Amino acid sequence: MAIKTDAVGKSWEPVSFEVEAARITQYADVVGEASPIHRDAEAARAAGYRDVVAPPMFAVVYSLPALGAALFDEEVGMDFARMVHGAQEFVWGEPVCADDVLSTTVTCKSIDERAGLGFYVFESVSTNQDGAETVRGTWTNIVRGVS
Amino acid sequence: MASYQVGDSLPELRVTPDAGLPRRYAEASGDMNPIHIDEEFAKSVGLPGCILHGLYSMAQVARAHTEAAGDPLALKRLAVQFRGMGFPEQEIRVTATVKAVEGDRVVTATEAAQGDNRIIRNGEAEFTA
Repeated sequence: MAIKTDAVGKSWEPVSFEVEAARITQYADVVGEASPIHRDAEAARAAGYRDVVAPPMFAVVYSLPALGAALFDEEVGMDFARMVHGAQEFVWGEPVCADDVLSTTVTCKSIDERAGLGFYVFESVSTNQDGAETVRGTWTNIVRGVS
Repeated sequence: MASYQVGDSLPELRVTPDAGLPRRYAEASGDMNPIHIDEEFAKSVGLPGCILHGLYSMAQVARAHTEAAGDPLALKRLAVQFRGMGFPEQEIRVTATVKAVEGDRVVTATEAAQGDNRIIRNGEAEFTA
């Protein structure tokens, strides 16, 4: 059975995410990012940022809600029991600060089969309230036993 | 400001996530996949126990670079492959070697391992120095 590729090129509705300072701090605490600029607005402003600023990998937090819609779409049809996160890339742009309102759009870039493995590649593009790109993510999920 | 040359190693980052870390990462990130937070579920799908989120391990690779740069926002690009499964209560060791320097941009080859288990491979990072 050939792998289903109908969803290639499909984009999903943008998903909005309002950044709270507390969420940035919670994330920084968990991953061990110790700088005061992730906790204290004054420290962040002294370093040249508008407000408490997120560490780069906070991109996961505001991108994931948009990814969810794509991953669970039946047109994509991934078998979650056999899925692993295979690879990830982020390219960062404008820093993300507390009170930013981000919009993330996900597109299915490719679905390929190689040696019985299905490679599902999604791109997420996140922009802030001024239209500046904050991150571009490439998410590769691998599903075993697709043929 | 540090100056880097091709072949230089970045300072190694070592961190040992505690048993409760996957749940805290799940709550902070929103990735509530039960293989990370439900011991019984993890065992029911053949895992020895809860596994680390790959994106948590990737965040440690990111941190190795921002700490080396001395700037929490220095990281401009990071690409990784997730291979071995990572586990709590085992030390993660992140290594990175400079493979190119272009102006103020430094590119490294980087990976993360727990003992001999290379959980992140073929990583490439780009940061401003």
